[in-house]
Amino acid sequence: MDLWFTEYYTKNARFSIKVDKHIVSVESEYQRIDVFDSYLFGRVLVLDGYLMLTEKDEFIYHEMMTHIPMAVNPKIRDVLVIGAGDGGVVRELTKYDSIERIDMAEIDKMVVDICKEYLPLTACKLDDERVKIYYEDGLKFVRSKENAYDLIIVDSTDPFGPGEDLFTKEFYGNCYKALKDSGILVNQHESPYYPNDALAAKRTHQRINSVFPVAKVYQAHIPTYPSGHWLFGFASKGLDPITDLDPDWNSLSIKTRYYNMDLHKGCFALPNYVKELFENA
Amino acid sequence: MDQNRAPLYEALEKHRKDRIVHFDVPGHKGGRGNKELSLFLGEKCLKADVNSMKPLDNLNYPVSVIKEAQQLAAEAFGAHICFFIVNGTTSAVQAMVMSACKAGEKILMPRNVHISALNALILSGAIPVYIDPGINNRLGIALGMSMADIKKAIEEHSDAKAILVNNPTYYGICSNLKEIVELAHSHNMLVLVDEAHGTHFYFGDNMPVSAMKAGADMAAVSMHKTGGSLTQSSLLLCGKNVNHDYVRQIIGLTQTTSASYLLLVSLDLARKNLSLNGKEIFNKISELAEYARKEINNLGGYYAFSHELVNNVNIYNFDTTKLSINTREIGLAGIEVYDILRDDYDIQVEFGDLGNILAVVSAGDRAMEIERLISALYEIKRLYAKEPANMFDHNYIQPEVVYTPRKAFYANKKMMSLKDSKGKVSGEFVMAYPPGIPVLAPGEKITAEIIDYISYAKEKGSVMMGPQDMDLKNILVLEG
Repeated sequence: MDLWFTEYYTKNARFSIKVDKHIVSVESEYQRIDVFDSYLFGRVLVLDGYLMLTEKDEFIYHEMMTHIPMAVNPKIRDVLVIGAGDGGVVRELTKYDSIERIDMAEIDKMVVDICKEYLPLTACKLDDERVKIYYEDGLKFVRSKENAYDLIIVDSTDPFGPGEDLFTKEFYGNCYKALKDSGILVNQHESPYYPNDALAAKRTHQRINSVFPVAKVYQAHIPTYPSGHWLFGFASKGLDPITDLDPDWNSLSIKTRYYNMDLHKGCFALPNYVKELFENA
Repeated sequence: MDQNRAPLYEALEKHRKDRIVHFDVPGHKGGRGNKELSLFLGEKCLKADVNSMKPLDNLNYPVSVIKEAQQLAAEAFGAHICFFIVNGTTSAVQAMVMSACKAGEKILMPRNVHISALNALILSGAIPVYIDPGINNRLGIALGMSMADIKKAIEEHSDAKAILVNNPTYYGICSNLKEIVELAHSHNMLVLVDEAHGTHFYFGDNMPVSAMKAGADMAAVSMHKTGGSLTQSSLLLCGKNVNHDYVRQIIGLTQTTSASYLLLVSLDLARKNLSLNGKEIFNKISELAEYARKEINNLGGYYAFSHELVNNVNIYNFDTTKLSINTREIGLAGIEVYDILRDDYDIQVEFGDLGNILAVVSAGDRAMEIERLISALYEIKRLYAKEPANMFDHNYIQPEVVYTPRKAFYANKKMMSLKDSKGKVSGEFVMAYPPGIPVLAPGEKITAEIIDYISYAKEKGSVMMGPQDMDLKNILVLEG
């Protein structure tokens, strides 16, 4: 058997993973969901043909989405997670005993069901008693909330398809309103490398920057995402991701494989071409 | 007839497969002669951009596939005869007026009609008798015609040839079409319906009555607006009372002899889709619009109006697929909200006037787009709301008619400063576009109120069209 999964990064560049076996393929109301086993990356989740996570490198993405804001404000109690149906962000959040409430707004119940069944590595904490899952559109969920959360994590798909509205100015504005005064918004921010991704990253930054007084971008290396160079957004009503970093985070003894406090300070240092992308934004 | 068929589409498919060599126009020859356009629109699109020829029929003299496609459309819309129109609903409206009235003959109509109907008066020389549509003071919009006013006008002008009804209005207001038809017919007047915004009346459940169902004689239907065909394609529907061969000649006076097959085939396929799926499509649209209305009204400050307006006088029914939203309570003009939505939120709505915006909800919409609109409106309120002081509260000013539009349009005129033009008779149209309902038509007196309205609308960002002076600092007025 010579079975390969291929994702096109552009019309002229693609990335392929050799597939051991296809586990499941379903069409939900919103998207096509596929799970397969690969030789090199373990189990892989694919939505509408786009690779969402692999067992081998998902920790990088999920740790960077979670521990950056948690280390800036250890007093975070109420968290809203948007998207994130695979459960990876929730798994990281549940490492903090201080968190009291995790609301998760995921539009597609089928993604959660599939992940619970086939991806226990990430979905393992979705049944934690602090977690409440709302199966609805993230924008719709957040627009009815006011001054309700310390942290919002937007773990969306790309800015086309069912996650499109999670990249809009009205979404970020409604997130601002849903956050308390010390609130932080973290979002997956696309990649700066291939032209279409870079355009999305630029527009995303423009919009967040027009809503939040603090809007920073940080990066991580994720081998199975387009170009391997991925960005995240850190926006807040005042907290700065570096000067407000809590020096005592290490005393929490939270076990991580990618994140550490040195990397926290370093990941906000961006390459010149990325800085220029946002300076022109 | 079999509504699953699409004769024009089938003929174009056959034409494509036959790989005909073209020594006729259009000169791009399937896109080969304009590569950039072909790349942009797609080769398939350009290959379908062909000219009339025997197997593809001719719009101005239809005998085969266009005729058949028009017959299918007539059946789908419950009309006796249907004409495909490629010059926009504007030309359908003009064909209605010009078919019904010759120069010097009277036509009854409300004044809050689209520019196309008033232009038809200049072209035909018909004399308008305006019926006051009434105004809703809270919303600042003109409404429908009341039966009492229509009766009075018909009695006073029993020699009128026709009555033109604007149904629904852009905002969704409907008049009592059935009674209008009965009354007009009993006085030997034709009933012409500008149904540009009412394609869905023919297919959805629980919709206001359609023109053909009500027994009207002619109706102009903008298939491209909510019916799914390409922009500029439209239908002219006729009942049994009209000489349709004469109507065809009237259409031919102004319609192109090189009708676009892209537009024509879009009408054929849109009709098929509506016949087969229209009920579901418009049920979904009604649900989306209803949901949006409820949520927007919950935001506070906005008023998304609907059925509650019905008063059986000048609002007989309301088209609930229209998402018309009054913005006055947040202290912003509709046109300001319109601009913010587009400039800051990448959301384009149909129009904004002084007090309202109109969002068109149609077959292409999903729950996500509706959520975006609602959320953006919330944000606009959160960020920009202010006290609604000093706002101009209406979009419609009852005109003072001095001369007929045609007489004034062709009269000797002079240019003068708009601000000094009070008391003069206008020689041209002035309208905010969209929605394209003139505040001033040729032959109407320029009042202080109209001058104030124009400067206020300009200040708020409305695009004012019509006059020769595109900045509208000056206006053409009648000499003497």
